Amino acid sequence: MSQITLTVNGVPHTRDVEDRTLLVQFLREHLGLTGTHVGCDTTQCGACTVILDGRAVKSCTILAAAADGGTVTTIEGLADGDRLHDVQIAFREHHGLQCGFCTPGMIMTAVDMIRRHDGELDEATVRHELEGNLCRCTGYHNIVKAVLAAAEKHRARRRAPSALPQG
Amino acid sequence: MYQTTYHRPKTIAEAVSLYSSLEEPAYLSGGHTLLPAMKGRLAAPANLIDLRASPELSGIEVRPDGVVIGAATPHAVVAASAEIKAAIPALAGLAGSIADVQVRHVGTIGGSVANNDPAADYPAAVLGLAGTVHTDRRSIPADEYFTDLYSTALEPGEIVVRIEFPVPESAGYAKFRNPASRYALAAAFVARHRDGSIRVAVTGAGSSGVFRWAEAESALQARFEPAAVEALLPDPGGLMSDMHASAEYRAHLVRAMTKRAVACMGGVDIS
Ligand SMILES: Cc1cc2nc3c(=O)[nH]c(=O)nc-3n(C[C@H](O)[C@H](O)[C@H](O)COP(=O)(O)OP(=O)(O)OC[C@H]3O[C@@H](n4cnc5c(N)ncnc54)[C@H](O)[C@@H]3O)c2cc1C
Ligand code: FES
Ligand code: FES
Repeated sequence: MSQITLTVNGVPHTRDVEDRTLLVQFLREHLGLTGTHVGCDTTQCGACTVILDGRAVKSCTILAAAADGGTVTTIEGLADGDRLHDVQIAFREHHGLQCGFCTPGMIMTAVDMIRRHDGELDEATVRHELEGNLCRCTGYHNIVKAVLAAAEKHRARRRAPSALPQG
Repeated sequence: MYQTTYHRPKTIAEAVSLYSSLEEPAYLSGGHTLLPAMKGRLAAPANLIDLRASPELSGIEVRPDGVVIGAATPHAVVAASAEIKAAIPALAGLAGSIADVQVRHVGTIGGSVANNDPAADYPAAVLGLAGTVHTDRRSIPADEYFTDLYSTALEPGEIVVRIEFPVPESAGYAKFRNPASRYALAAAFVARHRDGSIRVAVTGAGSSGVFRWAEAESALQARFEPAAVEALLPDPGGLMSDMHASAEYRAHLVRAMTKRAVACMGGVDIS
């Protein structure tokens, strides 16, 4: 057992966990944050993607003990109260989901992608960077549209931070 | 996954002493090979010794004649390094072609080189560039380091600390990926060294892991252009054959990737 502290969506949590606990189990089973999904458990599908210390990672393949002291953002941490995050809005507007199983991972990957590229994304880059996220429903077209729309909003916000209301 | 105990030593010395005193130990870097193996119960170390907190394993140093990369450096950091892109663009491009964004954020060069998966990318760069694997106890030239499938010259408990790559005249990397796993079905790293020598390292195809294709090296030495290897084929007897590709098909891919690598010197060609 190890005692670990992780700051998740801005709140520090200290728990005693078995050393074999995966980060995704810590989030789902110890903190009850079930928005992060487990699709494959083999590091392929990306449904478990969260942002750990500023980088999108597959939380099914990271030990919670190894993330001790770190900062995590999950899908639950994106919205500001009732106001959805730009990427969440874009997925809704562009119909970027059907069953929704892959969606939390897709959205966290998109948030990371837009930040790393500072919104400068084209379709080929988005498709390439979604390689680690599998969707069995949508055929990806609307997911790509949603990411591009959110990236465009990011660029607009960068140019005129006050002009666009959040959400 | 079976029970295990996690350790995070702060130095290499501490890691080595843990390794020698603990039952059934294993080193852990990104864990993107080891943890999937543990989940599948193909590996069950009782003690995991995380190397990432040891400062000796981090950092990138680029000199006019060489690039030195700390073993705990994630693939994404190598891919994004402006200095490595300028010194050996094919090396940065190769790192950026490994797996996907999330895996590149976590998987490390040291873990990849220690694991020596026959379809992994970095072994081709280490062998093609005539790199050196610096460990906690010695320096191992690439030609002596990769011994067989998932096997290396590392002794039990030996830690890969840094990998050093001489800066070549130019280098190119071409890979044909398995459409499902995205690992290389065959890939070739071709380097023209400053002493005039040519090295061709092939990954994904060899039944003993990464190998140098000597006939292609001589042919390219005589005439450095894609057509120089047109009449050559590696012996399928030494290549892997599985549900994804027969040895004969892999032999053709090895030739095609070698030609493409020669055609893309100074970069990568990933398909
Ligand atoms: C979905 C997926 C796709 C992938 N696709 C590719 C791909 O296309 N190409 C590719 O090359 N790789 C691919 N990989 C593998 C990935 O690059 C791994 O991260 C890498 O092979 C191992 O690095 P690691 O840091 O995760 O090592 P770990 O899993 O931590 O360790 C691997 C092995 O090396 C040992 N070890 C680790 N560090 C050291 C060290 N410093 N000294 C001595 N021993 C050490 C460990 O004990 C273990 O046996 C993929 C992985 C996944 C999950
Ligand atoms: S559940 Fe982690 S990648 Fe599929
Ligand atoms: S919406 Fe169903 S898996 Fe993507």
